[in-house]
Amino acid sequence: MPGYETVEHDVLVIGAGGAGLRAAIAASAAKVKVGVVCKSLLGKAHTVMAEGGVAAALSNVDDRDGWKVHFTDTMRGGQYLNNYKMAEIHAKEAPARVHELESWGALFDRTPDGRILQRNFGGHRYPRLAHVGDRTGLEMIRTLQDHGIHQGIDVHMEHTVLTLLTDGGRIAGAFAYDRERGRLKVFRAKAVVLATGGIGRSFRITSNSWEYTGDGQALAYDAGADLMDMEFVQFHPTGMVWPPSVRGILVTEGVRGEGGVLRNSEGKRFMFEDIPPLYAAQTAADEEEGWRYTTGDKNARRPPELLTRDHVARCINREVKAGRGSPHGGVFLDIAWIKEKIPNSVEHIKRKLPGMYHQFKELADIDITQVAMEVGPTTHYMMGGVRVDAESQMSTVPGLFAAGECAAGLHGANRLGGNSLSDLIVFGKRAGDYAATWAKEHALGRIPEEAVAAAEREAMAPFERPQSADVAPFLLHSELQDCMQDLVGIVRREEEMSRALTTITGLQSRAARVAVQGNREFNPGWHTALDLKNMLLVSEAITRAAIQRKESRGAHFREDFPTKDEAAGRINLVVRRGPDGAMQIVPEPVPQPTAELKAIIEEMK
Amino acid sequence: MTRDATFRIWRSEETAPGSPGSGVASGAHHDYTTPVTEGMVVLDAVLEIQAKQANDLAVRWNCKAGKCGSCSAEVNGVPRLMCMTRLSDLPLEKPVTVEPMRAFPSIRDLVTDVSWNFAVKKKIKPFKPRPADAPDGTWRMAQDDVDRVMEFRKCIECFLCQDVCHVLRDHQKFDEFIGPRFLVYAAALEMHPLDVEDRLDDLRREHGIGYCNITKCCTKVCPEHITITDNAIIPLKERVVDAAYDPIRLLGKVFGGGSKSKA
Repeated sequence: MPGYETVEHDVLVIGAGGAGLRAAIAASAAKVKVGVVCKSLLGKAHTVMAEGGVAAALSNVDDRDGWKVHFTDTMRGGQYLNNYKMAEIHAKEAPARVHELESWGALFDRTPDGRILQRNFGGHRYPRLAHVGDRTGLEMIRTLQDHGIHQGIDVHMEHTVLTLLTDGGRIAGAFAYDRERGRLKVFRAKAVVLATGGIGRSFRITSNSWEYTGDGQALAYDAGADLMDMEFVQFHPTGMVWPPSVRGILVTEGVRGEGGVLRNSEGKRFMFEDIPPLYAAQTAADEEEGWRYTTGDKNARRPPELLTRDHVARCINREVKAGRGSPHGGVFLDIAWIKEKIPNSVEHIKRKLPGMYHQFKELADIDITQVAMEVGPTTHYMMGGVRVDAESQMSTVPGLFAAGECAAGLHGANRLGGNSLSDLIVFGKRAGDYAATWAKEHALGRIPEEAVAAAEREAMAPFERPQSADVAPFLLHSELQDCMQDLVGIVRREEEMSRALTTITGLQSRAARVAVQGNREFNPGWHTALDLKNMLLVSEAITRAAIQRKESRGAHFREDFPTKDEAAGRINLVVRRGPDGAMQIVPEPVPQPTAELKAIIEEMK
Repeated sequence: MTRDATFRIWRSEETAPGSPGSGVASGAHHDYTTPVTEGMVVLDAVLEIQAKQANDLAVRWNCKAGKCGSCSAEVNGVPRLMCMTRLSDLPLEKPVTVEPMRAFPSIRDLVTDVSWNFAVKKKIKPFKPRPADAPDGTWRMAQDDVDRVMEFRKCIECFLCQDVCHVLRDHQKFDEFIGPRFLVYAAALEMHPLDVEDRLDDLRREHGIGYCNITKCCTKVCPEHITITDNAIIPLKERVVDAAYDPIRLLGKVFGGGSKSKA
């Protein structure tokens, strides 16, 4: 057997996006020994792709904003399935976390009086997103990275964690391999923070990178932790649809925040035709009012393009299905039209949306200052994930924490744009703080040798099995993506999802026989073979939870149950492994807000 | 509109199946023919070859949208991001060569060891802000001052500029020169509206800014179109010279422990 080396930390952070880096910085500031493992090189994590901005009620642009409004917007967006305590903490602490980034060197666009500028975004009542052009994620991850490298944190780049190690139910460490050479490692730690992001690679059309294989959710589940809200997968309404090779790549909501409008092939702004009652009072009555909102008129209401993502995605889906789509199966997103309204529109668009201008110019040969883009929904974000304590971010496994996209609770049934970057820094910090405290109060756990040996055998097995076409790793992945895309996507039906479960079960048994060629050195076939287990597990969890939620709410839309169900609105679905080893979906009551918070929600309705 | 195209990809030498990596850098070109369609980029073709013909073909990539800077390679000898190199811009009647960045040690196939870059960054003095401008601990900045360094902060750390820089690539001055990427990084810090740290001595003595003789190769390959030489390196060179040979500044150093002038 190959054997392994052992590395020891007080706190081990898995993932080096915004949440992981912020957690590592927090833990390090608490003077414990911190290690970070990440699948890519430092600074390449998915946070880098975030475009629009970070939501925080700084009230720089509109002084009517404040934590109460942000809290209410988040709860409304999440259709009240959110963990209210997390939504409260998030709204209260986001401003301080944003200012802290500035003190570490982040540069945001400015207001005329020199403060941080904020932009409009879907579901946010007031301009709330601190941003820098349309590359806010890059600014954030680079700031955290450049600050973090001077804090004495050990970074283990290009390592994949295969399993978490537990000792009598508490966390003891993780078993991993380095992708470059294929060497096996045991990381011992008193506390572990999962910050692994999302699950998008289980779907065919996604804005997510290869890293998004649901590692955190699957690792936590295998370690005995609860997952929650797994049926809520956000399909971002605007991904690129052409050329085929870029299908799914994100087109920031900032385009709509800056005045971009959606039209169908008949030239109609179809979003005006379907405005949900929950948002009717806050939505512009006509195009003119919508434009005034975009230009900062405080008396105007939001254009319907800035309704929540789930709703906009479904409207686009409907237009395409009704035969009113664009030539490549999307709809038109037009920012060029603002030339009718402002004289220097070309320069304005290039300055406000430089990344989008660049992306379309180079990948699709399209000048967005002149013509409309073609866009369609793309798998973007996982609202569900590891069930955590609101204050500490600890999972149901002692010593195991989770933050950012891989944790559940803040976003409920649907996340508002901009609430992800703020989630990362608010709860990344909290996870790091509490993990450090935990590490100070607990000794290292015992490493379970038998579990390590089993994980080692499992990791090496694909090299030893007979190769055959039906167990090739890329084929299995591709079949899973088709299954989830076609059967558990934006519009769901019981019969289709049952078929998906059958397919997933079949893929799981084939994945248990997956075989690869080559050696262990940076071998993508082997990497994919090992990623399959996690992708299949989260796909199963998504599908089972989606079957069980017999209503439509937020990002989860059931054609066979197209309306909200009041009773279902009072439960979260918890996913855990049952005593018989099978996956269980358990309904649990949504925690009810305090009387004070309830009053705030009512007041702002 | 599908046609076949051939990709001549540099592959590391095979070692025993299932064995851990040897770190050996020897290898050879292998030709792979694959169908290509409209709108495809080089990375699409490489991933297609990986999925269908060579599962163990090693390549780094993440975002596939020119935002993360992972898929750096040399395409027909030119350092480029594979995800932003459209096949329609390449002559497909002959094989497209795809090779790893040559300035860095090989790990496997198209993957190189770029860890030197991460070590270099740590040696540059970090951001140090001036005291807060407002009682609530926040700062005030003009958009114009922010815009001045925005260009440098667009850098996605693909290291293509480091790959093409002859000081590193040909002369191997890895111990004496930080390369264009980190001169851009230093420029972003030096020209940051809030920063009060002084890096000019380091740039001259430790970071080897004098090695750059402004051939602008770095600017040409930058996928973010950062005007590396003109906007970052030349102004830094001027500041370094001003600082090193300015008698008043020298006096200030003797009596005041050094100060930093902001342009």
